[in-house]
Amino acid sequence: MSFARRLVGHAAPRTLWSLVLLLALLLVAPAMLGKYWLSVLILILYFAYVGQAWNILMGFAGQLSLGHALYAGLGGYIAAGLFFHYGIGPWAGVFAAVAAAALAGTIVGYLGFRFSLAGVYFALLTIAFSEFTRIGFDHWEWAGGSAGLFLKVDASSDIANLRGGPLLFYYVILALAAGAFILCRALLESRLGRYWLAIREDAEAAQAVGVPVLRCKLIAIVISAALTALGGVWNAFYYNNLFPETAFAMGRSIEITLAPIIGGLGTLFGPIVGAVVLTGLGEAFTDLGEALGIPGIKQIFYGLALLVIVVYRPAGVWPRLADKLRLGERRR
Amino acid sequence: MSGARLDLDGVGKSFRGLRAVHDVSFSVPAGAIHALIGPNGAGKTTIFNMIAGVYAPDAGAVRLDGRAISGLRPDRVCDAGVGRTFQLVKPFKGLSVLENVTVGALHRTADLARARDSADAILSRLGLFERRHQLAESLTLPDRKRLEVARALATEPKLLLLDEVMAGLRPTEVDVMVGFLRELNGKTGLTILLIEHVMRAVMALAAEIVVASYGEKIAEGTPQEIARHQAVLDVYLGEPEAP
Repeated sequence: MSFARRLVGHAAPRTLWSLVLLLALLLVAPAMLGKYWLSVLILILYFAYVGQAWNILMGFAGQLSLGHALYAGLGGYIAAGLFFHYGIGPWAGVFAAVAAAALAGTIVGYLGFRFSLAGVYFALLTIAFSEFTRIGFDHWEWAGGSAGLFLKVDASSDIANLRGGPLLFYYVILALAAGAFILCRALLESRLGRYWLAIREDAEAAQAVGVPVLRCKLIAIVISAALTALGGVWNAFYYNNLFPETAFAMGRSIEITLAPIIGGLGTLFGPIVGAVVLTGLGEAFTDLGEALGIPGIKQIFYGLALLVIVVYRPAGVWPRLADKLRLGERRR
Repeated sequence: MSGARLDLDGVGKSFRGLRAVHDVSFSVPAGAIHALIGPNGAGKTTIFNMIAGVYAPDAGAVRLDGRAISGLRPDRVCDAGVGRTFQLVKPFKGLSVLENVTVGALHRTADLARARDSADAILSRLGLFERRHQLAESLTLPDRKRLEVARALATEPKLLLLDEVMAGLRPTEVDVMVGFLRELNGKTGLTILLIEHVMRAVMALAAEIVVASYGEKIAEGTPQEIARHQAVLDVYLGEPEAP
């Protein structure tokens, strides 16, 4: 009861109804959409989800990680490996996956935060760990080495082992995205969430009013890493293949950061709005590239579009949009 | 909420061999208001930072109600009952005035609504209630100083360390702040130690003054004694020339 009240708390009825409507639409969407649009929606939800996870660390607690591929990759590899080698289904494997990512997050966080690495220096540490891990997996036989790990593609629906078509993966990622949204809202409306915001704004001042800075930062990175690992497990079973070169790639890490940055750092809706904008732009420019028949045109336009957004909406798309829609969520 | 006694016992601190504070001892009885004054570079803020846990002293001890707090982390010192403001104000810029103070109040309760209520109460006492939904970065300097005090008070300290909260205030605003602090001290018995250059405030508030120069305590006494103290006059006005 108190949890529910806190969740709804000060939210305007207008915001709540909009959310309910959005969720209802997303629940029935597959019935109305073709295969292509369903796959686009799946991508949007995936980026909204991992963006939400990354946003906890950067948007709330103010710690820049450019190595979140580490947690997604680790989670995906462990769940996929357990399934591949021992037939352990992902619903069980996910616990090992999340535990491993949480441990990795603790190590990165402790090294970074204990020695007060801030800003780009902490970011460099996160990149370094992601790269070490990539090289490690390149040489790890169990995980398939650099040749990769492949799950058998199986169209027959087997929910117990997360095997099935796009529809299954759609509902799983929808549940994850909705769950992450609710969790983030609850966290923001808690003491821990407010402590994170205080640390983001000024760690020294936060500590002076009794905020245990190191502990709060560690909790942030552990939650963020664990959620990201869940996304990684989903990702591995959706795509059925894993390569160190892509799973731990720098580009994968950057990809995770884009939706919240474009949507609005530190906001709840930012990652979702950002994922819509980015995936929409990506698909549109892919079509444009194919229509024009010029290779590479997609990347150029995509890059330009991001540039324009960052220049004209440095706080992200969402805060301004929220004002227009009178859904009022300022950056916190 | 009541005050705690503060004791500094032979406290010293060097930075890379440079002696910032040397063998400083003084006490502030529970419920008293004392001031720490001295020329720039006298080590006043370093002394504050040792009390507040930012630096661990190289020598000596800081005690709150007889319990050693030197060497504790700043958040632990806050737990022990010390609230402090920063000379260079450090508001949580991107948060509203209310949220700033709420963070302080969350130190005493995990309940967000209750923390907001006590933050509201403190803000109205400091005349910031009307601005509580503004972002802290939009405040003027005098308001930011008030916000520093409000945020520190929200943690319900037993000892309040004020680092030049009067600087930049107009004389009438100084009087308002002095009135507020005196009332606060009278009502709650909160112990206050202030670093201050605004003598108008020091003379109005402090029962006793500690004077520091070049990292050492050179005098201690009531405002009247300090005003006549030869070493203090030498420090502030220059030593008389040899006849």
